[in-house]
Amino acid sequence: MIKFLLMVNKQGQTRLSKYYEQVELGKRAALEADVVRGCLARRKEECSFVEYKDYKLVYRQYAALFIVVGITENENELSIFELVHNFVEVLDKYFSRVSELDIMFNLDKVHIILDEMILNGHIVETNKNRILAPLLALDKMVES
Amino acid sequence: MPAVSKGDGMRGLAVFISDIRNCKSKEAEIKRINKELANIRSKFKGDKALDGYSKKKYVCKLLFIFLLGHDIDFGHMEAVNLLSSNKYTEKQIGYLFISVLVNSNSELIRLINNAIKNDLSSRNPTFMCLALHCIANVGSREMAEAFAGEIPRILVAGDTMDSVKQSAALCLLRLYKTSPDLVLMGEWTSRVVHLLNDQHMGVVTAAISLITCLSQKNPDEFKTCVSLAVSRLSRIVSSASTDLQDYTYYFVPAPWLSCKLLRLLQCYPPPEDGAVKGRLVECLETILNKAQEPPKSKKVQHSNAKNAILFEAISLIIHYDSEPNLLVRACNQLGQFLQHRETNLRYLALESMCTLASSEFSHEAVKTHIETVINALKTERDVSVRQRAADLLYAMCDRSNAKQIVAEMLSYLETADYSIREEMVLKVAILAEKYAVDYSWYVDTILNLIRIAGDYVSEEVWYRVIQIVINRDDVQGYAAKTVFEALQAPACHENMVKVGGYILGEFGNLIAGDPRSSPLVQFNLLHSKFHLCSVPTRALLLSAYIKFINLFPETKSTIQEVLRSDSQIRNSDVELQQRAVEYLKLSSIASTDVLATVLEEMPPFPERESSILAKLKKKKGPGAVSVNELEEGKREGGELNGGGERGGDSSAIAASNASTPSPSADLLGLRTGPPVTAAAPSAGSLLVDVFSEAGVNDDGFLSSAPPTVVSEDPAPPLPESNELLNKFVCKNNGVLFENQLLQIGIKSEYRQNLGRMYLFYGNKTSVQFVTFSTTVTCPGELQSQLNVQAKPVEPLIEGGAQVQQVINIECLSDFMEAPLLNIKFRYGGALQNLTLKLPVTINKFFQPTEMASHDFFQRWKQLSQPQQEAQKIFKANHAMDTEVLKAKLLGLGMALLENVDPNPENFVCAGVIQTKAQQVGSLLRLEPNAQAQMYRLTLRSSKDTVSKRLCELLAEQF
Repeated sequence: MIKFLLMVNKQGQTRLSKYYEQVELGKRAALEADVVRGCLARRKEECSFVEYKDYKLVYRQYAALFIVVGITENENELSIFELVHNFVEVLDKYFSRVSELDIMFNLDKVHIILDEMILNGHIVETNKNRILAPLLALDKMVES
Repeated sequence: MPAVSKGDGMRGLAVFISDIRNCKSKEAEIKRINKELANIRSKFKGDKALDGYSKKKYVCKLLFIFLLGHDIDFGHMEAVNLLSSNKYTEKQIGYLFISVLVNSNSELIRLINNAIKNDLSSRNPTFMCLALHCIANVGSREMAEAFAGEIPRILVAGDTMDSVKQSAALCLLRLYKTSPDLVLMGEWTSRVVHLLNDQHMGVVTAAISLITCLSQKNPDEFKTCVSLAVSRLSRIVSSASTDLQDYTYYFVPAPWLSCKLLRLLQCYPPPEDGAVKGRLVECLETILNKAQEPPKSKKVQHSNAKNAILFEAISLIIHYDSEPNLLVRACNQLGQFLQHRETNLRYLALESMCTLASSEFSHEAVKTHIETVINALKTERDVSVRQRAADLLYAMCDRSNAKQIVAEMLSYLETADYSIREEMVLKVAILAEKYAVDYSWYVDTILNLIRIAGDYVSEEVWYRVIQIVINRDDVQGYAAKTVFEALQAPACHENMVKVGGYILGEFGNLIAGDPRSSPLVQFNLLHSKFHLCSVPTRALLLSAYIKFINLFPETKSTIQEVLRSDSQIRNSDVELQQRAVEYLKLSSIASTDVLATVLEEMPPFPERESSILAKLKKKKGPGAVSVNELEEGKREGGELNGGGERGGDSSAIAASNASTPSPSADLLGLRTGPPVTAAAPSAGSLLVDVFSEAGVNDDGFLSSAPPTVVSEDPAPPLPESNELLNKFVCKNNGVLFENQLLQIGIKSEYRQNLGRMYLFYGNKTSVQFVTFSTTVTCPGELQSQLNVQAKPVEPLIEGGAQVQQVINIECLSDFMEAPLLNIKFRYGGALQNLTLKLPVTINKFFQPTEMASHDFFQRWKQLSQPQQEAQKIFKANHAMDTEVLKAKLLGLGMALLENVDPNPENFVCAGVIQTKAQQVGSLLRLEPNAQAQMYRLTLRSSKDTVSKRLCELLAEQF
């Protein structure tokens, strides 16, 4: 099961956080800082899976942005690793070459996309067109 | 400034975000945020009703502020208002705010529920999805109460849109997890299983998560999912990369769905239906084959997706653990990955191989990769990969490679990362204990551990080495020697000093014969470390010193001097001061035999689960150390003390049988070992080897215990009970008996013609013993010679627990036989019935008598009638070490008289046996002949039967 997904930049600022398990608001900041520190300290040749407390972190870096997913023991690391990439490709498709700014200024949209892909800590949809369908319908509604 | 917002850009929000980005410092950012919060608050409180757009904008700003790490304590109400908006964008922001910021016990839940109810009945799929997402995210009890009935209906209704079905499936999963009592199984159950057949892949993906969770809880109700999952998987695996269109990811058909299907199958045992099983095996083979095919794309995404499926398939193969062919193929595949240039793959391969190592079919195949794994431990640049390599070495370790693996782990420890050192230390300690064939290797390994990584050696580890040295007398001499050498190092770790202090205090006498390690040298060595140590270690050393006074009277004055010094006797630490004062007093007022009693050698420790293993378990949780390993460890722990027979069920061990002698043969090897080592210089110990004989015991007990009807009558004494009795002639404490169920420890003390014995019955299993009872009887004429009273004992012994029984003994007149102890209890329903001889022998009632040479020979002559003398000439059974002989004679209970016999090689002793009826004076003379390895033993007593009995008993001791 997926416990949380974070998007954090190299300065350690959280750009997006989504928790699939209740974490007290106060503890989130500490956890995020901890997780980011752990991933930032790692070198390129080190592996993308880090044990952290009782779960595992799977992370991937895109330019200055890290996407970190916390998963439980029984989740498949490589499939999550590629899920992150799939997510980024969906963002790329929607924003045509996504950047950190896109994510900041369109947080609601990013959340919609994420909710289409992961619900309640489980993968629900992996098909890019279907993931984007509700959002595109929405945009059409606004334009008209 | 780029206004990058897409769709209906909220300008105010974009401006605010840009402002924040432009802030030069944290303070400026906080200032800007506070300004914004004040603004929003005033807008929300203002008289003018806000339109939906403004509400949405402000709620969105709050959300952003929250994501920056600031607490938000208002705006919830406005967000709830947005839920009832008819505009999708406003509704969506409302739901977003709620799922991110509202926790499940909020008071607003009722209002939220209302909005959700409306959206669910709206028939608008986008609104329904938003509402379902919200339930899935918040998942509170109230929500479950409100919607647990509704959602299954939406999920299985024929006319529900696919996207709504997906959301409903995960929504139901959430409710089932938070409030399983509210989600009632019903006719929808079977229809949920059939969602695996849904033509829409997204629906299948979502439904599997739900089905996996439900079948973990109710496997029988959902077992039809196995065949459905197999056929679905088979269709995906055999499809061409273009068949599944949008669900194909970099030429890999539906990788995530495949992983989830394989994961679902891991909730069940292998399919019973031959056809289904055949199809599944075919799938798994195809997946393994594909790994060998040339890649369809050079992109890393392609190989990652392919390997995600491969690893999941291997997990399933390991889970089934029944297809040797697939297991070995899996192992070979992982072996290839071990050398892959992708770090991720090496990491996962090491991790996966760890579980493969515990399968009997693949254990040997895993072992062939030992060199690669050792190399990984040495050269990997990533600590988490090295950690995996260390775990794998631990998992693949067995008797055949234990020495190599332990050596590699030890050498790795010197450079290991700090974060994993403690765990490594525990693992090395466990392996060394588990696979120790000779205990000198074990002692060396642990001392090396302390030398290399002393700081990381937890208390459990050094406690354990002491427990083992105390329980195994064949290693005590070696341990004393080795620890003495280790302490020579100018800077040695405090843990080494602790072990050294303890072991020399107990067994320093075993090496005291060598002038290079004479008592004074030993003491000076220990004391040279004293000032560098912490208080607990100093306290331990002080105890070692008082033990020295007992072991080596010649050190008494030196040690008393030390104790008397101000730095000890006036030490500001209460514990140290108290010890110094008490030990000083004890050494100056107590007679040698009081001292000898107080400071008697430590009795063997009752065998429990290794404390180290318990610690590792605690540290890592069940994930790292499989239950299998732990139980094996427990068994091995037992074996260490010559205990239980090993069950052949442990797959790892079973696999190792192929290359090593069978475990039981090995055990026998251990048992026959001690006499050989006992003959070696310095290993001849004070204790008669307890464990070698306990081993024989086992077998005897085993053969009499099993299912054949066991009579309720007391069993006849075990054939070896005489040997057991002999072990206790010269000592009062130790392990009397041990088999794979039960351990009986004994502690006893005697004064005049009275004795008190404590028996400790330890349950070595995890199952309780019921109707436990013991009876002590004096057969035949012993009834009139000995009065034995046993206090009642608890009828129930919990698994792993120990109960104590007190037995009072009065010696009425001299006696030949020993009382019988019968033990009966039920273990798992089967009656266990065994009889032992209680080690009460006539010599226990000796009072030592000191006398001068003249007196001795005068008495000797007085006792000159032929029947008063008993004599025996016999071959030495143990090393003829003077110190050992002395210790045994002292243990006999007589006074050992120095400078009496004109020949200094000979020993003479004197004592009086106290019985209620009379006192029997006895004299002893033992003449060793080192060349011939023979002894002549002569006893003279005022009573003929006593001479005869003592002679019999003693002839077995030397």
